[in-house]
Amino acid sequence: MIRPGEIAVVGAAETTRLGVIPDMSQIMLHADAALNAMADAGLKPSDIDGVACVGPMMPQQVAHYLGITPKWVDGTGVGGCSFMLHVRHAAAAIHAGYARTILITHGESGRSRINATPRPAEPEGLNGQFEAPFGPFGPPTLFPIPVLRYMKERGVSHEDLAMVAVVQREWAGRNPRAMFRDPITVEDVLNSRMIAYPFRILQCCLVTDGGGALILTTADRAKDMPQKPVYILGTGESVESNMVSQMEDFSSSRAFRIAGPTAIEAAGIDRNAVDHMMIYDAFAHLPLYGLEDLGFCKPGEAAGFIREGNTRPGGKLPLNTTGGGLSYTHTGMYGMFALQESVRQMRGTAPAQVPGAKISVCHGVGGMFSASGTVVFSNQAP
Amino acid sequence: MLEPGRAKPKPTPETKHFWDGCKGGKLLLQRCGDTGRAYFPPRPFSPYTGTRNVSTFEASGRARLHSYVIHHRPVPGFTPPYAIAVVQLEEGPRMMTNIIGCPQTPEALLLDMDLQVAFVPMDEEITLPLFKPASK
Repeated sequence: MIRPGEIAVVGAAETTRLGVIPDMSQIMLHADAALNAMADAGLKPSDIDGVACVGPMMPQQVAHYLGITPKWVDGTGVGGCSFMLHVRHAAAAIHAGYARTILITHGESGRSRINATPRPAEPEGLNGQFEAPFGPFGPPTLFPIPVLRYMKERGVSHEDLAMVAVVQREWAGRNPRAMFRDPITVEDVLNSRMIAYPFRILQCCLVTDGGGALILTTADRAKDMPQKPVYILGTGESVESNMVSQMEDFSSSRAFRIAGPTAIEAAGIDRNAVDHMMIYDAFAHLPLYGLEDLGFCKPGEAAGFIREGNTRPGGKLPLNTTGGGLSYTHTGMYGMFALQESVRQMRGTAPAQVPGAKISVCHGVGGMFSASGTVVFSNQAP
Repeated sequence: MLEPGRAKPKPTPETKHFWDGCKGGKLLLQRCGDTGRAYFPPRPFSPYTGTRNVSTFEASGRARLHSYVIHHRPVPGFTPPYAIAVVQLEEGPRMMTNIIGCPQTPEALLLDMDLQVAFVPMDEEITLPLFKPASK
């Protein structure tokens, strides 16, 4: 087995700009982030021998565009958490000797839609036959489908679900690159435009342009590189159903319950030792599911945990410290931005830095609870 | 007949019996030959044990409202606000559907309310299984 801390992140960067980037196509967003990450790591394209990215962008497109000759590639595409899986697969590949220095990229022109790939209807697919005819229209109509059931089973109120957005906006206010930074109240959330009951616009993620890239290599090699190494302690992954209507339990994600604890157990850490957490928040309910399914709160206690201020600035478990997909940025596949923030927090360079943070858990979702990936990072070699 | 414009399902060899059933006013599920448990969506083997020994049977059409959203934006084939629901069938499986014969409001759409299947044609080829509040 791979040892905790055997592999490290040595390069990490987002696109130079974030939010609205009408002068860059999707592949250039990949490249812009990759060039920034290589500069961060003090590396050139010729130093990279492995490339991972998520479809529709294929590794050969990114590799060729950047002038990289890989001997290992990964195009795992399970939605917005694909990058967590890329980190896991890259760590395993470096451990196995398949590659030495791996670049993981994301770029998405989610807002400006320049060379963005359309999602064709698939009337013969299972989603096309058994969900599409009933009127869903993208994630805002599908991701919140389980929420009312969760609220009933867990005793969660509309105010609780509004509070998630309020706390994250508080973090966004400390991040100059966040798209929405003005403070909001529970009343503001509950009076904002209804999208798909029970969720209103302030409980739905942004739609932005941007990208990010990570570079991984061995911890041994990381010692001689310019940045403070961010060690990978543990990782986990799983998938459930590509149809939200078919998830086993509407109040808990099976993929979360496998990916999260697998990563935490592999890291060999106690949950109390976690200083910082990112939970992919495409919509306001996801941090609640994440806190419960990863074992940081008992079922039904996550809403109170957030309401009581534990995830706020100064709280005992700072969560989504950029403002998250709700306030910072959300290109479509947000997982890369959650990873970037975990790396910044471990380097000590985050705009809303958690003082003295040593362990960060970064948890992603793909599709509508259809996939999950988790990475545990630390700035301390075990 | 439904308002035109909805995404229209295209049956495959594995699902054709289900759509034929809807057209004939029957909600067809499948049952695992090993465990006796019903499953959905249709496939010619059991997702519980992998056995190809499965049978098709007519469900009661009784269900309960498991969860839903009420969409407030326009979509072809729908007049907002409209509910996109998931129902739990009496036999166990869940399916996405719409609730008809009922205001599309949180006050009228109560979780766990009893429902009954209602077959509504989209066109000559496809009939959708929708659900309505069960008569008391």
